[in-house]
Amino acid sequence: MAWLLFRLALLLILLATGGMIVFIIRQKKGIFRWSYRILFAGFLVHTLFLAHQFAVLGTAPVLSLKSALGFFAWTVTGIYLLFQLRYRLMVLGSFIAPLAAILLILSTSIPGSESVAVRPLFKSLWLTFHVLTVFAGDGMFAVAFAAAVMYLLQERQIKRKRFGSLYKRLPSLETLDAINHRALVLGFPLLTLGLVTGAIYAQQALGRFWRWDPKEVWSLITWLAYAVLLHERLTVGWRGRRAALMSIACFLLLIFTFVGISLISSDYHSFRSLEGAAVP
Amino acid sequence: MIRIVTIGMNHRTAPVELRECLARDPQNVPRALVALQENAAIREGLFLSTCNRVEVLCTTDASEKAHEGVVSILRGLGGVPDGEILEGLYVLEDTACVQHVFQVASSLDSMIVGEPQILGQLKEAYVQATQRRMSGVILNRLMHRAFHVAKRVRTETGISDAAVSISYAAVELAKKIFHELTGRKVLLIGAGEMAELAARHLLGNGVSDLSVANRTFGRAVEVAEEFRGKPVSFDEIGSELLDADIVIASTASPEYVITYEQVKGCLRKRRNRPLFFIDIAVPRDVEPRVNELGNVYVYDIDDLKGVIEINRAQREQEAVKAQRIVQEEVLRFERWLKTLGVVPTIVSLKEKVDAIRRAEIRRSLTSLGPLTEEQERVIEVLTVSIAEKIIHDPIVTLKRKADRPSRDQVLDVTRQLFHLDES
Repeated sequence: MAWLLFRLALLLILLATGGMIVFIIRQKKGIFRWSYRILFAGFLVHTLFLAHQFAVLGTAPVLSLKSALGFFAWTVTGIYLLFQLRYRLMVLGSFIAPLAAILLILSTSIPGSESVAVRPLFKSLWLTFHVLTVFAGDGMFAVAFAAAVMYLLQERQIKRKRFGSLYKRLPSLETLDAINHRALVLGFPLLTLGLVTGAIYAQQALGRFWRWDPKEVWSLITWLAYAVLLHERLTVGWRGRRAALMSIACFLLLIFTFVGISLISSDYHSFRSLEGAAVP
Repeated sequence: MIRIVTIGMNHRTAPVELRECLARDPQNVPRALVALQENAAIREGLFLSTCNRVEVLCTTDASEKAHEGVVSILRGLGGVPDGEILEGLYVLEDTACVQHVFQVASSLDSMIVGEPQILGQLKEAYVQATQRRMSGVILNRLMHRAFHVAKRVRTETGISDAAVSISYAAVELAKKIFHELTGRKVLLIGAGEMAELAARHLLGNGVSDLSVANRTFGRAVEVAEEFRGKPVSFDEIGSELLDADIVIASTASPEYVITYEQVKGCLRKRRNRPLFFIDIAVPRDVEPRVNELGNVYVYDIDDLKGVIEINRAQREQEAVKAQRIVQEEVLRFERWLKTLGVVPTIVSLKEKVDAIRRAEIRRSLTSLGPLTEEQERVIEVLTVSIAEKIIHDPIVTLKRKADRPSRDQVLDVTRQLFHLDES
């Protein structure tokens, strides 16, 4: 059942991604409309799958890298759908849907089981809250990242006065900068909330708010990087190219914290330990 | 022998100062038309004046005299010395002239190929010519064909799709930078036709706030009034840069009006809001290095032309298609023009036959005695159809020979056979 749901979601999202890519090439609104509907359907099926996993595991299904990537794909899709409601910017989908698709493909290609035996330690509301807010923040930053990439592509064409086929297809600089800004402003409090709830959970489960394990340290660094970006944007008035470059750098840092550290380190945040090994 | 002649200058042949001298005064159009009317050598005439071209189109029996007349008219309008005017002038006759007119109408000869304004300007010039009864058979036909060609080129080729004029391109770019132009602030530095056109285009797209700076403050006030903007002095440009979003520069200044240091200095105070310079001036008003600053975009007139040439290869292909349409229509027009040569013969042939027919009826009716109206009508119809059928073939032959080299010979024979030249 769960397997079927996941496969169906994957199929729908891949289909939608293909449609979005065809859309940016052919520029037919009909293609976008159908891709958007398919993506929405995929998102719903994925939600069902995650709800099922949640019910089975009794906690947020992010205990292995495999399921964490899948969960990340889900938040990215969901937040894109929200942004689409607000901005109605079709081309955004052509950049974000592939990101969600890549995350999902990575998730399926990693060997591992979806349902490991969950230690009671993880069955906490604080943990669920921690995971949801962190991932929602990450989803926002993914949108900010996509908008930043689009901004740089468009800005380069306008600055160099050489116009490729993307020029017509990409929206105005102002729009892209606004999306980047909005995603940052929304993402940062979510990430902050994620870190705070994580600390509260750690206090409850492990007796300490902060353990200085690598994931925590890198998360803090990522958080600080985003804090600097947001600060520069809000007070100094950074915008445009520099803000876009910085938000891309921040997102790469975030991915490193998310995937890299989890693989390298063996501390309790790492997936190896989450999957069942005893906390050292 | 009637010839169609164009004498004029455009953006390729004459410098902008010279064109401006001739195009500036709106009173020049009626003045030129009156002068054309008074010239005995010119039968029909039309005067076209836009910011990129000044042209006289006329038909004449004596092209030498007409040529001289037109040059002196142009000289009279601008007060420019002879030598200077003659240098920029082109003279096109007959086929070349027709082709030129078609190209102008379909905007293939424009500075920005495909821009739609020229057709309207040509129509306006034609209306003014007709109001003064300066347009006859040939010019009427030529103009209507030209409008037809322009329509064909517009609908059958993609030449006017992408870009339309420099000001249009500037607005499109501004939209790619600012998304919405509503509420944006424009600073106009210096004024000229192109700059005002761009400003008008921006205002038409939602810009509401406009400042005008000019070295002569009086002129700034004048232009500002026209756009309901705010006149500012040249020294205030620095402070205006803090608020402006779009700057259109078009002064005649030989050195830069906007410098790198000046723009760099105001970026932080502007909180890095994007700033878009449209530099229409030649030589340029905005230091090109300004484009290197973050969130600042500088487009000069060549860049704007580049924008319009985004799909250059495709546009060139479309231009070939458009040229083919023009050629096709030129041939068609020439064929018509040549039939004009056989028309007098056909007319006198018809007149002669009809005269014979009437004379014969008159004679026969008296000897036929009293007839009913119905019978008279039948005889009338009968003779008309006999006469028409007899001369039908000769007329068709004449028309067919109209554009052949053997035309004059056939005309000669016809006139001799039917004795058309006796009276």
